[in-house]
Amino acid sequence: MQWETVIGLEVHVQLATRSKIFSGASTAFGAEPNTQACAVDLGLPGVLPVLNEQAVAMAVQFGLAVHAEIPEVSVFDRKNYFYPDLPKGYQTSQMYHPIVGAGEVEITLDDDNTKCIRIHHAHLEEDAGKSLHEDFHGMTGIDLNRAGTPLLEIVSEPDMRSAKEAAAYLKAIHSIVTYLGISDGNMAEGSMRCDVNVSVRPQGQAEFGTRAEIKNVNSFRFVERAIAFEVERQIELIEDGGKVVQETRLFDPERDETRSMRTKEEANDYRYFPCPDLLPVVLDQAYLDHLRSQLPELPADKRARFQTELGLSAYDANVLSASREMAEFFEEVHRVCGDAKQAANWVQGELSGALNRENLSIQNSPVSAHQLGELISRVLDDTINGKAAKQVFQALWNGQGKSADEVIEAKGLKQVTDAGAVESMIDQVIAESPAQVAQYRDSEPEKRGKMIGYFVGQVMKASRGTANPQQVNGLLKEKLDALL
Amino acid sequence: MALEESHVRRAAHLARLAVSDDQATGFVEDLSRILDMVDQLQRVDTEGVAPLAHPLDATQRLRADEITETNQRDSFQRCAPAVEDGLYLVPRVVE
Repeated sequence: MQWETVIGLEVHVQLATRSKIFSGASTAFGAEPNTQACAVDLGLPGVLPVLNEQAVAMAVQFGLAVHAEIPEVSVFDRKNYFYPDLPKGYQTSQMYHPIVGAGEVEITLDDDNTKCIRIHHAHLEEDAGKSLHEDFHGMTGIDLNRAGTPLLEIVSEPDMRSAKEAAAYLKAIHSIVTYLGISDGNMAEGSMRCDVNVSVRPQGQAEFGTRAEIKNVNSFRFVERAIAFEVERQIELIEDGGKVVQETRLFDPERDETRSMRTKEEANDYRYFPCPDLLPVVLDQAYLDHLRSQLPELPADKRARFQTELGLSAYDANVLSASREMAEFFEEVHRVCGDAKQAANWVQGELSGALNRENLSIQNSPVSAHQLGELISRVLDDTINGKAAKQVFQALWNGQGKSADEVIEAKGLKQVTDAGAVESMIDQVIAESPAQVAQYRDSEPEKRGKMIGYFVGQVMKASRGTANPQQVNGLLKEKLDALL
Repeated sequence: MALEESHVRRAAHLARLAVSDDQATGFVEDLSRILDMVDQLQRVDTEGVAPLAHPLDATQRLRADEITETNQRDSFQRCAPAVEDGLYLVPRVVE
């Protein structure tokens, strides 16, 4: 039987505010345990939450970026459950009136096609603390620094049909939140976490199968692997006459499998109700208009503009717009050299290759966008040829010179375009290669084009690579043909 | 609504309250009376009335995103039963 996979994602994005969502404690990562957990975060008696305006603004910016409805009124609810890293006994969240309504995100697939994934809603909530189960004489250690950190939970519709689409969606969300600057998107530090809802159904069946929820899938790679495993597990189960039960499962990246955590019967009853400590949040049109006017150009718009305005291929436009840093680097290179295609080739070719080899991100590139732009300009204005350009790039990468011009000067790489100088080199090569000249003269005219390569090579060598290959080619042909 | 002892047991479990058998019987009666009152409220015609999220006719005020809290871990941890390496210690929990 042919099976179809149905996937929905819940993505938790940690918002890049300085202080917590309901208190003035710092959200900085990596502090000593419990040094950033104040009375509000600890849930001490008598404390009251006060909502952070920046958390609200960031949530709304996300909503605007995914073309979502932003309701005028949103309300905070209490989600009640007991766990030691949740000292209040409830998580302040939004259940019935979230801050961001229905929207949509465009994802790009391998074949450069795009697909729209609908967003069901996105809501604000606070993060919990951390439980450390290592050896504390049989006790559990609790660090509440993370408690109260603002999260935006983005809930998709079950619109994805493969692990690849799910990964592409997660990447799209990642690039939107990092373009907006509302999150650092650092998955290793937990700034983006993901729960995956997966089910399978026979191809062509309208109703969904029973889904399993996989918790805490925390990298792009794990999303694909967790889904691949889970899909296979469910299909095997059904084909062996079993039934998928609705349950929460945990992905174990070391064993590459998902394990049952709790079934629906054991599921928590969270007893949501409106939080009496917080009033409804009301956003007026002027506020939304103001935030809309501050939005940067977003990945999908950039991708489209790179294709239509700069004439890049869909593939190039997609790669270069994937992250804000990459896009900004490319745009600076393009601004300096004025040639989009060359800028795209260099950023994706020489530069990306070097970055990958040394495992560097583009923000830490030893060659700046400005330097690369100038280097390309020197190729475009024929100061150096392509081969010399690679030498210049390598020198800049190694810190041997501040600019392309400095390296070109210091290494004597300037292309010799003075026809007289090139001609004298050609004359010398012809004089020193009587055998090859004779061969050239005696061969069929259609074969001569190929034979000229030898002479070009010799002239380039004589010029130490500084001659212009096209110019050498033209002049050589003239001179050799004159000998016929 | 007819409340049964199993409902009381479940609510007590969710609230992590220890309830004895005698207490449970009493709670069934008490809570049933509260639910009867809720039933009475449910009968009111609320057609066209928007649900109320908060009794105060006011909206949430926001605060600027500034760090105003300083580290007071030592004083907070003075009332904790067990701490180590800056962590609060609790009976072992394993999900």
